[in-house]
Amino acid sequence: MDILFDLAERYNYAATIFLMVAGLYIVIARGNMVKKLVGLSIFQTSVYLLFIEPSKIVGGTAPIIDPDFSVYSNPLPHVLILTAIVVGVATISLGLALIVRINEAYGTIEEDEILNNGDGG
Amino acid sequence: MSLDLILRVGTKLILPFILLFALYVQFHGDYGPGGGFQAGVIAAGTIILYAITFGIRAAQRVAPRIIAERMVPLGIFIFAGTGAVAMLLGGNFLDYSVLAHDPVHGHEWGIFLVEFGVLVTVAGTMLSLFYAFVERGR
Amino acid sequence: MTLLIFVTIGIIRQRRLFAVVILAGAYSFLMASVMLVLDAVDVALTEASVGAGISTVVLLATLHLTKTIEIRSLRPTAIPLLLSVVVGMLIVWGTLGLPPFGTADSPIHAHVAPRYLSQSVAETGVPNVVTAVLADYRGFDTLGEVTVIFTAGIGVMLLLRGLRRRDEGRSGADQ
Repeated sequence: MDILFDLAERYNYAATIFLMVAGLYIVIARGNMVKKLVGLSIFQTSVYLLFIEPSKIVGGTAPIIDPDFSVYSNPLPHVLILTAIVVGVATISLGLALIVRINEAYGTIEEDEILNNGDGG
Repeated sequence: MSLDLILRVGTKLILPFILLFALYVQFHGDYGPGGGFQAGVIAAGTIILYAITFGIRAAQRVAPRIIAERMVPLGIFIFAGTGAVAMLLGGNFLDYSVLAHDPVHGHEWGIFLVEFGVLVTVAGTMLSLFYAFVERGR
Repeated sequence: MTLLIFVTIGIIRQRRLFAVVILAGAYSFLMASVMLVLDAVDVALTEASVGAGISTVVLLATLHLTKTIEIRSLRPTAIPLLLSVVVGMLIVWGTLGLPPFGTADSPIHAHVAPRYLSQSVAETGVPNVVTAVLADYRGFDTLGEVTVIFTAGIGVMLLLRGLRRRDEGRSGADQ
C-alpha cells in the first residue's frame, strides 16, 4: 500500500517512464524503419521530460530574472535539453536520409523483407 | 502549382509576421524565452512554408540552396571566431570579458555574437535538410 | 500527461505511417505544453518549433520518398513486450529513490544553479538565465552541439545528393 501511495506521488515519473518504455517497445518490436525512428524520438522526448521534471519547483517561475519573483526553476537542465532537442532533430533526419537510401537500394523499408532478400540472393 | 487561393493569400499574409517573430525571438532572447536555436528553426520554417505553398523553385529563388549550405559552416565560423577573437585580445577561448572595455558589456556582446552564429548554422542546416529531401524526390 | 500516453498508444497501434507522422506532431505539441507547465519556456518554444514543425516536415518528405503502409510484422511481439515491461518496472523501482516532485531542497537545486541564478545578471547583463548559461557559462558545450548539427547536416547532404550516377544507372536498367 505504501508503494502505491509513493507511485501516486510520482505520477509524473511513472508517465515519463511509460513513454520511454513505449518508445523502447516500438524500436524492438516494429520492423518498419520510419516507425522505429518515431519510436526513437518518443524515447528521446521522454528523456527530455525526465530531465525537465526535477528542475521544477512548486511555486517557482521560469528562470528569467525579475525583481518581482524570488523562486526560479533550475536553468541548467533547460539548457542541456534545449540543445539536445535541436541535435535530436538533426540526427533523426540523418536516420531518415539513411532510410531513403535503403529504400532506393532495396525497394523496401521493412527490416524483415531486407533480411529475407539478403538470404535469398 | 495550382493550389487553394485562400492558402496562398493566407501564406503571403502570415509569412512576414513569422519572419518578424523569428527576429524577435532572436534579439529579445536575452530578456524573454528564445535564442539562436529557436529563431533559426522558425526562420527556416518560414522558407519551408513558402516552399510548400508556392513550390520549391519559388523558394529557391528567395533562398538559394547554395546560400543555405554556406550558412552551415559560416555559423560555426562566427561562433568559434568569437572565441578566437577573445583569445587574441588576451582572454581565454570564449571568454567574453575582454570583448569590450566593460566586462559586463563584453559578455553581452559575446552572447549576442554566439547566438547569431547559432542562428545562422541552425537555419542553414534545417533549410538544407529540407532542400536535400525535396530534391531527392524530383 | 495522460493525453501523451493516449497519443503514444495510438502511434503504436496505427499502421498507416501518414497517421503515425501526424500523431507524432501532435505528441510534440503536447510535450511542449507539458514543458510550459513545468516552467521551461525556452524548451517549450524549441520543442514546439522543432518537434511539431521541422521533424514533421522531414518525416513527411521521407514518406513521400518511400512507402506509407506498414506491413504486419511476422516476428512475435511477446518477447519485446515482456522485455519492455521488465525494463519499465526496473526504472519505476529506481524512481522510488528520487526526491518528491517540485521540492526546492532536492539535490539538483543545491550545486551550481543558485550561483547561475544569483550572479548571471551581475556578470553578463542578461536576465534570461537560460540564454546566459547557454551562450556564456557553457559556451564550449554549445559550440560542440552546433558542430554536431553541422556534421549531421553534412551527412544528410552527402547521403541524399551524392551518388546520383549509380541511381540513374539503376533506373535505366529497370526500364
